[in-house]
Order: sequence, then structure tokens, then C-alpha cells
Amino acid sequence: MADMAEPSVQAIDLTKRYGQFTALSKLNLKIEGSKCVGFLGPNGAGKTTTLKIFTDMIRPSEGKALINGIDVHRQKKKALENCGALIETPEIYPSLTAKEALIMIAEIKGIPRKKREREAESALSRVKMRAWADKTVGKFSKGMKQRINVAAALLGDPEVILLDEPTSGLDPRGMSEVRDIIKNLKRENKLIFLSSHLLNEVSEICDEVAMINHGKLLAYGKIEDIVKKFSKESTNIVEVSFSRPLANSVLHKIRGINGVSKVERSGQTDLNINVKGGIPGQEKLLSRLVSMKCGVIGFKPASSALEETYLNLFKEVT
Amino acid sequence: MKAQHTSKSAAKLPSDAAQVLTIIKYFFLDYFRSRRFFVLLLITIAVGLLITGVVGYYRPQSFLSSDLAFLSNFWGEWVSFVIVLSAVFFGGDAISSEFQNKTGYFLVGNPIRRSTIYIGKYIAALLGSIIILLVFTAITVGNSTYYFGFGVPYEFFESFLFSIVYIISVMGLAFLFSSLFKSNSVAIIVTVILMLFVFSLIETLVANLVVTEPWFVLTYGSEIIRNILISPYPPAHTSSAHGVPFSIATYNASVPEGLIIMLAYFVVSFIAGLTIFERKEFT
Repeated sequence: MADMAEPSVQAIDLTKRYGQFTALSKLNLKIEGSKCVGFLGPNGAGKTTTLKIFTDMIRPSEGKALINGIDVHRQKKKALENCGALIETPEIYPSLTAKEALIMIAEIKGIPRKKREREAESALSRVKMRAWADKTVGKFSKGMKQRINVAAALLGDPEVILLDEPTSGLDPRGMSEVRDIIKNLKRENKLIFLSSHLLNEVSEICDEVAMINHGKLLAYGKIEDIVKKFSKESTNIVEVSFSRPLANSVLHKIRGINGVSKVERSGQTDLNINVKGGIPGQEKLLSRLVSMKCGVIGFKPASSALEETYLNLFKEVT
Repeated sequence: MKAQHTSKSAAKLPSDAAQVLTIIKYFFLDYFRSRRFFVLLLITIAVGLLITGVVGYYRPQSFLSSDLAFLSNFWGEWVSFVIVLSAVFFGGDAISSEFQNKTGYFLVGNPIRRSTIYIGKYIAALLGSIIILLVFTAITVGNSTYYFGFGVPYEFFESFLFSIVYIISVMGLAFLFSSLFKSNSVAIIVTVILMLFVFSLIETLVANLVVTEPWFVLTYGSEIIRNILISPYPPAHTSSAHGVPFSIATYNASVPEGLIIMLAYFVVSFIAGLTIFERKEFT
């Protein structure tokens, strides 16, 4: 039954060429269900191109982009009926107030007249912009505008949300707030497809990742599966902080710990230690350092598992 | 068989016509509150007051001989300038700004057709220009009333209607150039140069060098706005000799001809502009 179908985003042989340059090459990807999927890849990999095709901002050279089974290019209005999108960092019509801009989008999305104002205000509250509701957007900073853009994408309670670097232009607090919004959306049975360069952000909020480079899909799956599949049994770097400067003799002892391949001072009381053996190797190192009673007060992997996977994967293909 | 997702939301998408009204409403508001609207209003009032001052001070016979002569010189000579200026102010960057300023990213990714956005913006810009035209009309009628008493000849109403048709076609052309270029300044400059200089130049060259009626030039068609205020209506073709072999030829479009030229420009430029906007990519 059609009503039982889950929200979905699907690319079928999606190709985009600009003259001789192929930005997207026969991309096949099907995402369905309520989840958050991170879309990762280096600059120019084809992430934004893909999202622009899904919102009819550009046309595919070949293939189809389907949202909830409907071809965006052929039936844009119907395909985007239940979709909220934020592509790049849009500018908002400067003489409109934040509330007016959102009510305009609410009207376009067909939110009933009685609910429009309430929904716009609620969306503004969600992005912490309620106090600026009646100010014209032309006076807003880039970060404030991006909050309004996030609010606009959430209007009408869409089931599919496409976000292209949604935290771009936001201050650290704004980034954290937007991440919290996305985490909350995950609990509301939504399909969120999110492109980002921030791997920590993706690790924190996404359930799955799709990795793309040179317009081709390299991997798609649950984060833990991708990490397992593509991360090498290589060396991890951990940043270790001590409560006091370390004597050379202590440094010598640390170098002798099983699995440690390199020890470097990164400050008076900080070391970068290269250790083999993945997570168990790191556990052993920490335990050994504590038993040495050399004043360990901080122990942090310099990169996340996803970051290492990403670096491995893109080092291999480029 | 592939199951298509059905919306659970209570929201039902409005028709294209309803979305056009939404676009008109908010873009008119955006235009109306913009600094450029007030600049244009000030320019229009300044032009009106300047002519008022010159006529009041010098009392030229060409203006004051009759109400029609007054309107022909006051309104007929200047309204085209006001119209072109309005089209440039409201339409010059109406579409290009969606790309250059990235405002299109706010709107285009929503469930709305590009044609809806184009039509809505066009009508909003037209309404803004008509307000400016009404201000100039009020200044004209005020002056006419001062010199010739209440009531204006019916030819003025015809001229006013023709000027509305002219706004429609000039705005269509401004939107076409705005669709054609991604840069706001290029779109505006091309519209200004074409409307204020190129058309007039082509009209003069074609009439005098080729001695052919310049029926394909928009400004030629728009001359019915002034000609309808001239009694009797100017002949289709006159030629004044300035020594052999040079003579100055003057062509005048008839009212139906002028209307057809203006409407043809509107239809062609509107369809072309819309087609370009539909196909243009937000890269």
C-alpha cells in the first residue's frame, strides 16, 4: 500500500556533466526509512551537485533523482511536497522580516492560514531566532540568516530533509544548536540526508554514511560497518596531557611500551603518541601510563574512527 | 512495483495560481520596502516638479496653447523615461539577483514551479512600476488642472492605457535580460542602454538611411502614447527636405500598430525570459 511506504531518496544512474567535466557519474544510491545519513566527500566530489539535482536547482544530464518515488525533474512540485531543503547558504529577501520570509515559505508549502504564523514562530523559536522575528533579514549576520534557512527547511514538518552543510557560517554555539535540532528530528521519523565536511558532526548525528569522490559513490552503509570495512589496522595518534613536565627517563619508558611506535612532545606537558592495535591498543596504553604514575590528566584520540576511515578511503582513491 | 510515498502532512499544496499570488504579495512587499523604491519615487517626483517649475516660470506657448498640447509635452515627452526607469529599477535584476545574490536558493528548493516564481515576480514588479506611474500621472493631472481647470481630455485616458501596455512590454524585456545574465549590473546596464539609446538610434537610422518604417522597434510603437495627444493624429509618414540628397523622414505608428508592436515585444520577451529561467541552473 502506498501509504505504508517509508520516506525515500533515490538516485538512479544520476549523471551531471559540464562540458567535458563530469561532476556526477552514474550515481546509484537508495536511502529509505527514518534515519540520518551523512554525505561525505572532498571538495568537488559531487555532494552539492547531487543535492542540487534533488531540489531541481540543476538538471541531471542522465538518470533520475527520486524523492518518495517521484522524479524531481519531471514532477518537482509533487516530489518536493513533503521535503525540506537547505542548499548552500541562501540569502533571504532583505526587506522581508524573518517571520514574513518563513510565512511566505509556509504559504508555498500549503500550510493552512491559521497555522502559518504559529508554525513560523515555532520554527523561529527552534533556531533561537524568536526575538528577531519582526526584524528585516537584510540586517542579519550570515549565521542568523543560516538559522532562518534551517527554520525554513523545517516548515511544514517534512518527512525528507536535505541539508547541505547546514552548520556552515554558524558560530560554535549555533553549530551545536543545529546539531541538537537534527538529533531531535531523528526521533520524529524523518529521513535526513546531510552533506558535511565535519566528520565529528557526522559521527555525532548520523546513523549511516555515503561517501562520494569524483562523482562516484565509494561506500554506503552504517557508520560502524564502513569503519570496519575501510579502516586499516594502522597506527592511531593519541594526545596525552600530564600534570607536570616529563623527564626524559619517563619519555624513554613510554617509548618502550608495547605497541608505541613514536612519541613526540607537543608542549611542556603534552605528548602525541602513535600507538598500534586500534581501540584495545589505546586501552592498554592508557592503563600502562596510569600505572606509571607519571601524572596523566588527559587522553584523547587525535582523530575519530570515521575520520581515519575517511582519510584512508580518500587517500586510496585520489 | 514501486510504492510511492504519500504525504502524512495535513498541508495540501496550493495551486500554481495561489502560489503566484503568494509570490506577488511578498515580492511587492519586498520591492515596496526597498530603498530603490523610494529612490525611484524621489526621482519621479523630482522630474515632475522640475517640469512643473520650468513650465510655471517660462510659461512656454507650446505647453499652454491647449490642454492636449500641455499633456503632449508634459506627459507624452516624459512618461516613457519614467516607465523605462521603473522597469530598470524593478525588473533589471529581478531574475539575475536570484542567482547572483543567491536568494533563489531560498525559494527554488521548495515545491513551487520556476514559472510561478517568474510570473509572480513579474506582476509584483509591474505593480511597483504602476504605482510610480500613478505618481507621475497625479503630478501631470495636477498641473493640467491648474492651467486648464478640472477634467482632462479623453485622449489622456487612452494615453494612460497605452503607457500601461508600454510598462508591460518594457518590463517583459527587462525580465528577459535579467534572465539572460547572472550579473545584476550587466542585466541593468544592457536594459538601460537598449531602452534609452539603442532603440532610438536604430529607429532614426532605419527611418532616415533605409527610409523604412521601423515597425520592429519597441520605442517606435510606444510613440502612440504621445501621438494620441496630438490633434490631429500625426500622419504615417512625412519627409522634410534638407537639401539634396539628405532629408529627414518621420514615421508614426498608428494606434493598432503601436499596440501590436508593444504586445508582440511583451509576448516574445516574456516567453523567452521564462524559458531561459526555467532552464538556467543554480551552479
